[in-house]
Amino acid sequence: MVTGTGHRSHGERTSKLSPGARLYVAVVVAAAVAVLARALGADSDLDGPVSQSWTMAVLVLLFLICDSAPAPVAARQSAWSPSSSVTLAAVVLVGPVGALVVGATSLFSVRRGLSLVQRVFNASMYGLSAWAAGQAYLALGGEVGPPGHSSFPGIIGPFAAAAVVHVLINHGLLWGMLLLAPASEPGQPRGTLQRYLPMLVLSDLGYASLGLLIAALWSVGGAFAAILVLMPLFVARWAIGQFAAQERAYASTMAALCQAVETKDWYTRGHSERVSRGSVMIAREVGMRGRRVEAIRYAGMLHDVGKLGVPTTVLQKNGALTEEELAAIQLHPMRGLAIVREIGFLDEALAGIMHHHERMDGSGYPMGLAGAEIPEFARVIAVADAFDAMTSNRSYRGARSIEEAIADLRKWSGTQFDPALVEAFVAALKREGWEQPRAATVQPADGVAVPDHDDPAAALRVVDSK
Amino acid sequence: MGEPAPGESWRQATDSGELLLVAAAGLLVVAAVAQTAAAGLVQPRIALAFGALISLGEVLRLSLEGGRESAPIGSAGAFGYAVVLTVGGKPALQPALQVIAVVAAGMVLGALPHLAAGRPAGLAGMASRLIGVAVVAALFRPLSTIVAITRPGDWGLALAVMAVVLVIGWLAECLIGALISADALRARFRVALWDEMRVQLPLGAAVAATAILIAFAAGMMGLVALGVFIAPLLVTQMAFRRYAGIRATYLETVRALARVTEVGGYVEDGHARRVGQLAVVVGRELGMSEPELLELEYAALMHDIGQLSLRDPIPGGATVLASPEQQRRIAELGAGVIDQAGVLDGVAEIVRYQSWPWRGQERQPPVGSRIIRAANAFDDLVGASAETSRTVAALEWLRLDTATEYDPRVVEALAKVARRRHRSHR
Repeated sequence: MVTGTGHRSHGERTSKLSPGARLYVAVVVAAAVAVLARALGADSDLDGPVSQSWTMAVLVLLFLICDSAPAPVAARQSAWSPSSSVTLAAVVLVGPVGALVVGATSLFSVRRGLSLVQRVFNASMYGLSAWAAGQAYLALGGEVGPPGHSSFPGIIGPFAAAAVVHVLINHGLLWGMLLLAPASEPGQPRGTLQRYLPMLVLSDLGYASLGLLIAALWSVGGAFAAILVLMPLFVARWAIGQFAAQERAYASTMAALCQAVETKDWYTRGHSERVSRGSVMIAREVGMRGRRVEAIRYAGMLHDVGKLGVPTTVLQKNGALTEEELAAIQLHPMRGLAIVREIGFLDEALAGIMHHHERMDGSGYPMGLAGAEIPEFARVIAVADAFDAMTSNRSYRGARSIEEAIADLRKWSGTQFDPALVEAFVAALKREGWEQPRAATVQPADGVAVPDHDDPAAALRVVDSK
Repeated sequence: MGEPAPGESWRQATDSGELLLVAAAGLLVVAAVAQTAAAGLVQPRIALAFGALISLGEVLRLSLEGGRESAPIGSAGAFGYAVVLTVGGKPALQPALQVIAVVAAGMVLGALPHLAAGRPAGLAGMASRLIGVAVVAALFRPLSTIVAITRPGDWGLALAVMAVVLVIGWLAECLIGALISADALRARFRVALWDEMRVQLPLGAAVAATAILIAFAAGMMGLVALGVFIAPLLVTQMAFRRYAGIRATYLETVRALARVTEVGGYVEDGHARRVGQLAVVVGRELGMSEPELLELEYAALMHDIGQLSLRDPIPGGATVLASPEQQRRIAELGAGVIDQAGVLDGVAEIVRYQSWPWRGQERQPPVGSRIIRAANAFDDLVGASAETSRTVAALEWLRLDTATEYDPRVVEALAKVARRRHRSHR
């Protein structure tokens, strides 16, 4: 099951809720309370939960154990826990209303940093999804109570329907919340959750089926069956947590190494990360998904790694270059490729690194490809790369404003950049904004004015060697 | 997306241990199949269902860290078949040898798609999994009639016996894995066993719990239980696959990016990688565990990253010839870069102290730093050359400085692995 989890401070979170989000929370909570109130009015609905108070107690305990130790996904925005299997077991054992009560005990789960609003929302969301799952189960002819030999395989159909309904409503309600409540770090978390979503839905469906096993083994010995079921659940939780931790570690290590590469030139500090961010914005805008977005994120980060192979004296040379020096600069995408080739990237990312200095009119380097011959990743990176170069300080000029840079991108659109990608970038910039680097205050030791090879306005010049 | 064991290229040429293991498992299978064929297959429907699950599990193999291989779904099915007491209310009667034969058949069938796709058959992995199952079957099948008949309906006893037997089977698998890696990688057996148990624990616990659940659920639900169990195990497996994948990519990336110093002309070609491999084998020789070795490998790969901050490369790139102050500065700068990552504190620490003499300072540098110091000096002196005379001269050079500069234990370990390498090259 997926929950919205907190930021570190409760007050901050509640005060940040927009009116729309507040209304949304209120509607969800009201729906849950209404369903519960109706059930309390009808005696027949309460037979299950009341007559089986022992079963209810064990289920609630089990649910709280699962719900109290979620694995964080996507930068503290939401968390995943295997508790859906317990609510679904409750659907079979004690019926929809009992399941609602079990889900609603999420209010008391032992988790730090959850505000009251979040707890109430989570409890209502779980309660509603459990209740709806129970209704689906009953509608397809599922029987409430511990299943016996004769229940199989007939019970599987209704149970599967209940599981699907449960996952859909859980994710649907949470999705609505995430859409309405803007994240504290703009642009990032929604996309990150998107990456994890298919995995989360599949995990939930998978673990939902364990709910049937808890129910099936209940008559044999409730608590012991529960312990056995908990084991694989927590192993999966552990693995997902490990995966997320490794992925974060990977991203920050990569960023640190890229920064090391940038120490060669004070003015390009943070360039790789910004190009990576810009490339991802364009990629999302043109509809790339999942692994391709991941690949372009890293391709953007690593696009200039090959600059290390260019002697510092050439990179920081003032004025015109000799033929040899020009060749050294023009080879840097190839050198970059040589470094990253052994990383198990998509081929596309490699092509993006190698060709990010090609131009649409065929006058770029290293191969002089033109138009659609240039790989899509390379065209994307080229736009983000030039944009960041223009909006950053250079020793020979100050940073240009975003509007000026957009105008320049449009000016060279068609000759240098892919027009469709330029427009996609402009659209994404309008929506998500752009954080320009702080003005570089440190001068290079020797104070030379260095034309940046990424700067579309500062074309590389060759001296007449004669 | 397997993550190669560190120091792969220093492996022994012949994996005699693996050969022995596969031969033993082969003999076991021949005996089991012959016996089963002679006696006839008991309850063929149950055998078929479990065999199919095991095949599927074998198709969906999984790479774990350190180049280990696992087939959690297959193992859960196999262990489940070994400990199942009743199916749909009727007693399950398969003898231990039939369990072995069915599991072996399922595994072989499941390995065929791997062969067809051009991947290795993974005989050693299959053999060790099979022996684990054989241990469980041999212990539990004779008991099963007693457990089931004397106390009908008492699940507590059955559960306890199953749990104990499965733990023994898991330990047997770990023992085999440790013996193999101790033999192939020259790891110390105790360290290898500990590493094996650490890696196999989470998945092993899930597999054992699932096997017991399958056994009980099959008693209640019949063979449908197998179908119901595939989904959750697939999910666990998917989580593990992604985890193993990102681990492997991480290592690959650090290995690749460590080459930036080479492309930048700061150090000789292949220096980072050679120092990384040498440091790992030396570390293993000194009894370091796998997590420590991984940290050491990262540090060794990135030990020269601080040179990027130098305006101009050191001539020839050999830090061993640079002045102590300069070495220390490079180490500090490198550690600073790694500190930026925020997740590799141990690695940064190793890199920071790599230029320190091992004795005579206010504190002793960590063992990883001492290893990298020696391995770096060795590689600066020998390079990619495989000449015995150069190796001997370099070792002699290091030995002369063991009073303060190089840790004598590290130098002796280095000498040992260098000797071994020359022997295997000849």
